[in-house]
Amino acid sequence: MSLESELANARAERIEIIGVTKSFTTDRGTVVALDNVSLKVAEGEFLCLVGPSGCGKSTLLNIIAGLDEPTSGRALAAGQPIQGPGRDRMVMFQEHALFPWLDVTGNVMFGLRLKTGLSNKERREVAEYYLQLVGLEKFGRANIHELSGGMKQRVALARALAPNPSVLLMDEPFAALDALTREQLYGDIQRIWEARRKTIIFVTHNVREAACLGDRVLLFSPNPGRIQAEFHISLPRPRDINSVELARHSTEITAALKGFTSTAGRQASE
Amino acid sequence: MIRAISSIAFFVVLLLSWEAASRSGLYSPVLLPSPLNVLEYLWQSALDGTLWSATLVTMQRLLAGYGIGLLFGIPLGLLTARSRIMQDTLGLLALGIQTLPSVCWVPLALLWFGQTEAAMLFVVVMGTLWSVLIATSDGVRAMPPIYLRAARTMGSTGLHTWFNVILPASLPYLVGGMKQGWAFAWRSLMAAEIFVTILTGFGLGQLLQYGRELLAMDQVVAVMTIIIVIGLLADRILFSPWERFFHRRWGTGSVK
Repeated sequence: MSLESELANARAERIEIIGVTKSFTTDRGTVVALDNVSLKVAEGEFLCLVGPSGCGKSTLLNIIAGLDEPTSGRALAAGQPIQGPGRDRMVMFQEHALFPWLDVTGNVMFGLRLKTGLSNKERREVAEYYLQLVGLEKFGRANIHELSGGMKQRVALARALAPNPSVLLMDEPFAALDALTREQLYGDIQRIWEARRKTIIFVTHNVREAACLGDRVLLFSPNPGRIQAEFHISLPRPRDINSVELARHSTEITAALKGFTSTAGRQASE
Repeated sequence: MIRAISSIAFFVVLLLSWEAASRSGLYSPVLLPSPLNVLEYLWQSALDGTLWSATLVTMQRLLAGYGIGLLFGIPLGLLTARSRIMQDTLGLLALGIQTLPSVCWVPLALLWFGQTEAAMLFVVVMGTLWSVLIATSDGVRAMPPIYLRAARTMGSTGLHTWFNVILPASLPYLVGGMKQGWAFAWRSLMAAEIFVTILTGFGLGQLLQYGRELLAMDQVVAVMTIIIVIGLLADRILFSPWERFFHRRWGTGSVK
């Protein structure tokens, strides 16, 4: 396999969730994290899942990642049932989950080393390409603990992109970062999404972040986890998180969010 | 540089006070030999080869016992961490036995194996095995589970995960356990050599005990000094490089 063909984009696949229910049994009884959820994600789409904690958005992401199995219903990637994790669907976690015993390049190469048909030289070149894409080409030899929080998440992004997945699953990846770093990363992720045309499913509890990044925003409600509303964001890119148009969208989503959280509050107080 | 000077100054002062105390005449020279006597013994025994052969015999016993302890301790520790049944059985046993001072194994070893090399080996293995097992198991269990999830999404399974994720992730604990195991192996071997007098090899512990029987305090102190020096060297050669690596890579621990 040549470097060109390795860097050439894999055709983005679509994800299909059909009537998925996921329940967990704990000491205090059964919790329904997802209740009969169905959705489709188109090729190259940037989909954001928003909702308060406990609405099952991370659970859904884990099911798509193949790290969790639905209690009932079906989860398909490119029309095929999802049976465990695969390098076609890479995950970026809230905690960077980088391996401290490897340097930056070693981390980015971890998934590549498991990919057959590549020479080590090619693997290194692919890793360098993605480090450059996230603006860390000078930090290949750095140790993880020497990086700032934002740089760690950039390495995690490069590591997730390196095996050239068609779907990128992001689980609140910027939640632990400061506002300034986050704003830079909003710019980066939009630029990278445009450059690499991945299908991205992005989980967040930050409404403004969802409106800034997504083509489409799905609002989840908790107990049990369901899709409550759908919003299409058709603003041009790159989008600025502080723009007025964006604020209008996020206000709309926040209003819907408040709608069902206050209903839930009333029900609880009755 | 300043650190080296302060270390040297400290030991010079220590030796000078020792010399002064032995010259003061307050203590019997039988009980408190001068550092010069000790040095003389070291020189003599180095020349006639006693010191070298005793050190060699001891190191052979130590390395054999320590090696066997690691060979079983590390894999059993990994298994104990990843299996609940192993943790509730072997893990519990290890935790209990680990509290036993290793010298307590000597009477049992003597009864089982008699005055043999096997008795000595047994005591050293018992001294090493359990602490290495527990440290390995603790290390694996302290690993953040997110590493495993991240590795799975990148296609790592089975043995690849063991060797490329679980083992390196628990390496700082593992080396900590190996260091502790080394100290325990030393302690148990010295206890064994003092109690087990055999003709198959005359080790440092036996040299120490022999010194006591001859009332040769210079010999006793000299052998103790050698044991300390070997311990320090082992720490610097075997373990310090690892600790420096962890400090650089992980950003944890202290540098020496």
